[in-house]
Amino acid sequence: MSEREVVAELRDGMTLGIGGWGSRRKPMSLVREILRSPVKDLTLVSYGGPDVGLLCAFGKVRKVVYGFVSLDSIPLEPHFRNARQAGAIEAVEFDEGMLQWGLYAAASRLPFLPTRAGLGSDVMKLNPGLKLVRSPYEDGEELVAMPALTLDVALIHMNRADEGGNGQCLGPDPFFDDLFCMAARRRFMSCEQIVPTRELLREGSVHSLKINRMGVDGVIEAPGGAHFTECPPDYGRDEEFQREYAASAGDPDSWNAFKSRYLELASEKDYQEAVKRR
Amino acid sequence: MSEFTRAEACAVAIAETFRGDGELLVSPIGTLPSIGARLAKLTFEPDLLLTDGVAYLLANVLPVGGAKGPEPIVEGWMPYRTVFDMLWAGRRHVMMGATQIDRFGNQNIACIGDPKQPKAQLLGMRGGPGNTLNHPTSYWVPNHSRRSFVPQVDVVTGVGYDRAAALGPIASRFHEIRRVVSNLGVFDFDTPDHAMRVVSLHRGVRVEDVVDATGFELVIPDDLSETRAPTDEELKLMREVIDPDGIGSKEVRV
Repeated sequence: MSEREVVAELRDGMTLGIGGWGSRRKPMSLVREILRSPVKDLTLVSYGGPDVGLLCAFGKVRKVVYGFVSLDSIPLEPHFRNARQAGAIEAVEFDEGMLQWGLYAAASRLPFLPTRAGLGSDVMKLNPGLKLVRSPYEDGEELVAMPALTLDVALIHMNRADEGGNGQCLGPDPFFDDLFCMAARRRFMSCEQIVPTRELLREGSVHSLKINRMGVDGVIEAPGGAHFTECPPDYGRDEEFQREYAASAGDPDSWNAFKSRYLELASEKDYQEAVKRR
Repeated sequence: MSEFTRAEACAVAIAETFRGDGELLVSPIGTLPSIGARLAKLTFEPDLLLTDGVAYLLANVLPVGGAKGPEPIVEGWMPYRTVFDMLWAGRRHVMMGATQIDRFGNQNIACIGDPKQPKAQLLGMRGGPGNTLNHPTSYWVPNHSRRSFVPQVDVVTGVGYDRAAALGPIASRFHEIRRVVSNLGVFDFDTPDHAMRVVSLHRGVRVEDVVDATGFELVIPDDLSETRAPTDEELKLMREVIDPDGIGSKEVRV
């Protein structure tokens, strides 16, 4: 599949789950294709990084469900900050473990999963819809009933994949990408390289194959597709580019310059070439 | 006793927060917490489990900030999902930052102002709510001032003692705010109502400095001590093994 074919399946108002973590192994080529599309009013569910920042900066987002939004080496995501401070988006903030529980509940077709996380904190105040549930056993403990976070579409990025949708993470942390896929109705995976199935074990052990083809509806070959986030062992974070991205949040002129230089281009190929040229 | 910097005093105070933890996953967020945790592991808490900051548990201690060091000895795998498992099992002690902290140890790293449209958006809840209800949590505040030590935090991310008490004994049975270390001193909550108390002041800090820089009333014991000075061995370990590039000193302005 191409990025364009994936984004053609998106509709205004959809709930989109995005894999990766902070500024790590994000499906950025798919995110960039959304920026080129007319899709809007999205709800994002993410361990947030520049995926959230960019989509907010392009006015694609109505609501963000998150535990944090960060660029890792730059702790605060400046484009996300701008959107929040302008009151441009609705924020649904959970503890990051609650987010996992919400995805796991959706993946397991459960209405909720109980957790201690959230009790006593302002997670409860900021999410007045959150309900408590009492253990039916002798302990009678009262816990937060973290509701299922069911997704319309999940987007993830892997190091390798085969044509059938088996995905391979060669980096040190698979994050929660498998849960994003299991929690979603439609699932799309970009990867650095599509390889024949018989070659999947050439670069990593069987433990690296957490994404199987039942959890994926389409595969997109996107070399450099996670740029400027890291995608080890294929490449690290492009810190210099990330600094440029972060600085572009400073004022409208820098942002317009950054946009026209890198993002308002016809295709992902043009983006990759603009990055190389700089 | 050798001369030492404020940052080195802070690192030792941070190391001390992990004393007695034994075989426990320690998650230090920030540079000086990382230095302090590694110092504890190299001296009085050799059994601590520490990651490389990504997903590998390392049996040996590497320098912070990517300085040149020994070959890492990987003793285990700790991706985020397993960190959450350890967290829920209570097998962890985290030291987080706090943009704001109040008298009972409520932490805010989410935003300043009205959460609907904040004056300053910060990180978000992160793991604050879950950490504080499940296992020991400590805080590192490198800029002790009336802006960080406040009467009331704008958003409660990490749960403090007053709110934990309100939850009752069952929900709060794993709650513990071990210590707060700032650039001025060390604080705990070992008082009848768990209000913040001064444990020690770093060398060169006066009681009035801390009182002036704190936006609420601190419990100040009569026998106030100075934060333990680094030993010569600790100074050598910090300067030669853990932080040869001296990046810890960038986190503390004093």
